[in-house]
Amino acid sequence: MSDEKQHIVPYSTFVVVLVALLALTFASIGITSIELGGLTVAAALIFAIAKTYLVLAYFMHIKYDKPYIGIMVGLIFLLFLAVVIITFLDYFYRV
Amino acid sequence: MQESQSAIQASYLRTPGRFKGFLGWVTSTDHKRIGLLYLYSIATMFFVGMLLGLAMKLELVAPGKTLMEARDYNATFTVHGVIMIFMVVIPGLPAVFGNFLLPLMIGARDVAFPRINLLSWYFYVAGVVLILIALLFGPGTPDTGWTFYAPYSFKTGTNMLPAIFGAFILGFSSILTGLNFIVTIHRMRAPGMGWMKLPMFAWTLYGTAWIQLLATPVVGITLVLVALERLFGIGVFDPALGGDPILYQHLFWIYSHPAVYIMILPAMGAVSEIIPTFAQKQLFGYKALILSTMAIAFVGYLVWGHHMFTAGMSGTAQYAFSLLTFLVAIPSAIKVFNWISTMYKGSINMQTPFYWAASFIFVFMIGGFSGLVLGSLATNIHVHDTGFVVAHFHYIVFGGVGYSFMAAIHYWFPKIYGRMYDSHWANIGWILFFVGFVSLYTPMFWLGMKGMPRRYYDYLPEFHGANILSTFGSWILAMGFIVIVFNLIRAARSGPPVGPNPWNGKTMEWMVPSPPPVENFEEIPVVGENDGPYNYE
Repeated sequence: MSDEKQHIVPYSTFVVVLVALLALTFASIGITSIELGGLTVAAALIFAIAKTYLVLAYFMHIKYDKPYIGIMVGLIFLLFLAVVIITFLDYFYRV
Repeated sequence: MQESQSAIQASYLRTPGRFKGFLGWVTSTDHKRIGLLYLYSIATMFFVGMLLGLAMKLELVAPGKTLMEARDYNATFTVHGVIMIFMVVIPGLPAVFGNFLLPLMIGARDVAFPRINLLSWYFYVAGVVLILIALLFGPGTPDTGWTFYAPYSFKTGTNMLPAIFGAFILGFSSILTGLNFIVTIHRMRAPGMGWMKLPMFAWTLYGTAWIQLLATPVVGITLVLVALERLFGIGVFDPALGGDPILYQHLFWIYSHPAVYIMILPAMGAVSEIIPTFAQKQLFGYKALILSTMAIAFVGYLVWGHHMFTAGMSGTAQYAFSLLTFLVAIPSAIKVFNWISTMYKGSINMQTPFYWAASFIFVFMIGGFSGLVLGSLATNIHVHDTGFVVAHFHYIVFGGVGYSFMAAIHYWFPKIYGRMYDSHWANIGWILFFVGFVSLYTPMFWLGMKGMPRRYYDYLPEFHGANILSTFGSWILAMGFIVIVFNLIRAARSGPPVGPNPWNGKTMEWMVPSPPPVENFEEIPVVGENDGPYNYE
């Protein structure tokens, strides 16, 4: 453990990320006032993904960690995507 | 003998921590003690679940009411299912043997987060208590089946909220255990122990831990939505409010099908340890077994819809789920092939753990083949919601986890307690259990194919004979279980002490005294280039 590099993130970065997260939260609320039909859920998910990325990358330090950790998180995201796509095979084609 | 006695005195069993007695056990962060806390808790819950199962089979010994009313039968199978799934088979092997063995197998002194490990046991106990409250107090025992299907779960007047909350808390226990195991395997392997030197049991715990971590939150959130639906009528699952009850089934099975692999992967791992030891041979196809473990863990996520073929899902989704279900059979078959190939030309030592492991393969294959019948769309429609499904499910889950658990407890018992059980009585217990198991569940395949539905407390007169056989089988199985438990309890208290490695096992847990000392290893071992988990000459 001791021979691993430590990365200290400056407070300013955390503040910027916090502001971005708040802005995205307000944006995700705001977009519900626009009539997007079936895309409403998609829009909410896009905002949620963007916020998740910021939390993972900065607050959970994945941006500064070893690449394989990022790859593992990416694989989990792909798995989640596969689950969503398969679920929608039901919803899009249901009679 | 003297050496074995002194190993027992110096072991984790006799070394007090900050407190003595019961308090010493429930405050210990030693992974071995936590493993045993799980063992005793899970065995107790299994006994309760088994009594309920026996009551159900007794009800079915004759058509019409025998022991209970229809409403009580509904509550009995719900409670039986909730106990056996959430409190026995899901925590089962990972919580008991994973906790006890993982650090020993990888050359570590403990898991990565010992306090979180103890916390996960407390979560388990809290979940059990909440569910027991739901059963014993309030407006009535839940009667929805263990799946809590919408809209039953928010329409029924029974005591659903504590049951749902209890299952939610049990989920936390599972997630924390999974997290602990992933970090332990990544960070705490002994020097020289690369990924390709990990024992198969550790590999299967790793695959299981990822499922625990990624799939359990899905059911947790789903159960919260059911609670909100009951309390506030939010309309996610309620069709009267524009919700979709099939969405509940999707979300429930997105967790609960991978949960089958939480149960079965460590079972496969335990069998993969036992067979090479008793064949005194290298494990055949070690890398293929690792790949098939990870393939099962991955593909297992994507097959949940085969539980819903008759629920009103789209035809496209049905085809996709059927195909994916057939795909998951391939890595399972690879495992069976490798176990049999390991035995081939081996010098087989016929001992109790081997009998359990070999019968695991037998019942698991019957369960697997009958699973293909259910994975195929047309035959699924024919046998859906019949006794066939119950038979398949018990062959896979009880046959898989139960037999593997028994194999594991008989294999690692000398390591856990430093004492040996009576092999003669252990073998009698195995024969009774096996005969009882086959007699109990095999008639249900036939009953299902002939059209007897599951979850009914009554049946047509032509099903009487097979139901009598099935009930009789349940009594034989229970007798076998009692023989096994008495034999093991007696051995744990006064069995003859054994040395560190009575089976000539090659994995690292056999290199330390039996039972192990608190710190596991005097010095952290270094794994040499030519050392491996199954190095039999």
